[in-house]
Amino acid sequence: MIKAIDKQRYILDFTLSSLWRRKGKNLALVLVYTLVVFVLGSVMFFTQALKNEAALVLRGSPEIIVQKMVAGRHDLIPVSHGAQIGKIRGVKAVKARFWGYYYDPGAQANYTLMVPEDLPLKDQEIIVGAGISRVRRLFRGSSIVFRTYDGKPATFFIKGVLSPDSELLSSDLILISVPGFTRVFGVPPDRATDLTVQVANRKEIPTIAAKIVDALPDTRAITREEILRTYDAVFDWRGGIMIAILAGAVLAFLIFAWDKAAGLSAEEKREIGILKAIGWETADVLEMKFWEGLVVSLSSFFLGIILAYGHIFYASATLFEPVLKGWAVLYPEFRLTPFISGYQIAILFFFTVIPYTVATIIPSWRAATIDPDAVMRT
Amino acid sequence: MFFLGLCLLLLMSILMQAGYVTQGDLALLRQKAQVVKNLGLTDLCLSTEARYTRHPSQADWHTALQSHPLALDHFPSGSIIGPPATLQKLHD
Repeated sequence: MIKAIDKQRYILDFTLSSLWRRKGKNLALVLVYTLVVFVLGSVMFFTQALKNEAALVLRGSPEIIVQKMVAGRHDLIPVSHGAQIGKIRGVKAVKARFWGYYYDPGAQANYTLMVPEDLPLKDQEIIVGAGISRVRRLFRGSSIVFRTYDGKPATFFIKGVLSPDSELLSSDLILISVPGFTRVFGVPPDRATDLTVQVANRKEIPTIAAKIVDALPDTRAITREEILRTYDAVFDWRGGIMIAILAGAVLAFLIFAWDKAAGLSAEEKREIGILKAIGWETADVLEMKFWEGLVVSLSSFFLGIILAYGHIFYASATLFEPVLKGWAVLYPEFRLTPFISGYQIAILFFFTVIPYTVATIIPSWRAATIDPDAVMRT
Repeated sequence: MFFLGLCLLLLMSILMQAGYVTQGDLALLRQKAQVVKNLGLTDLCLSTEARYTRHPSQADWHTALQSHPLALDHFPSGSIIGPPATLQKLHD
């Protein structure tokens, strides 16, 4: 047993020194490999962390949201619909929700204006999200002018700035009073953006949602379950364009690995020839190639994961920022909670180390069965 | 080998640290859930460039064809924030 371990140790020692002799080529391979693991790991950590965060945080969303639809578009809902919904058995409360979007030409940013349910605000007072505060340099006591629906200016004073801790929820949020909201958007007094419905028994939510749509055919009901499922599907790394990009990256890497392993250099061939001539068995050469692959794979795998972890959880997923931000000006500065599981690491291992091993196993066997005499003559 | 061992050790400590930070963050997440409840929020503020990426759960049924039929999604964030499951279900 000890003899077998010693043998593996010697082969490993030899493999490491052999890798170091061709350090330029091997470091390039490790670099590309690390990059593939880093990209895959970043996508996986990011989507998983967002999904978990959304699932935990959005649990407090309204149980049912009722929106009026006109020609397939969301429209303002008559507040009187609330009374009709309130008559449905099992409905505890119906509240009107006022929210909308405001494009600020000064900052070229879109804000979400919302009337909070339980936060008393004076007509000219607003509370802004940390993102808006950063972009517009607005602080407690400063003012901002909005252009109202009829082209008139409306001045609002900042009562406070929402905590940067909740920036992932409220970066672009402006909390405003009902009169302020009506002044900016000109919403008729009998209309609201949508209605929220509170249900006595949570199990009855789907039934009540169906009853609402039956009673008010021009509306749609969005349940809390659907909101949560949205985030589950939206950030599913197995779907959408992300997996198409990643599949391309992995395929390119497979070709690179195959090319690297299949195209043995003359120096490598000579090395194997000499090893076999001095008494190495085919099995020994295969073991050497196995260790070589393992050292390259594991180094890149570990490095890639460590870098991906830092990128997502300590650098606000900076590399994804341009895509997520798109043409917008506001982008939240957030720190995600690192929800990492062994399952994710195992999936990453399967997607990176296994393809490399498969791509290099046949070329390694071919190299191991090389005829020493023929190689040394060339 | 020393390098590999060091990386493995670093990865193990990252996993442990992630678990520790997650536990510590639970109180903050509960606080955020309370903010969501108090304000009646429905979505994460991840992308503010388009209605349907700012509030994916409140998106119109025809958001992918917002401008006109066959129009490609013109917002970059739309390429990674896909349509919600409820809409996919409706169109199946």
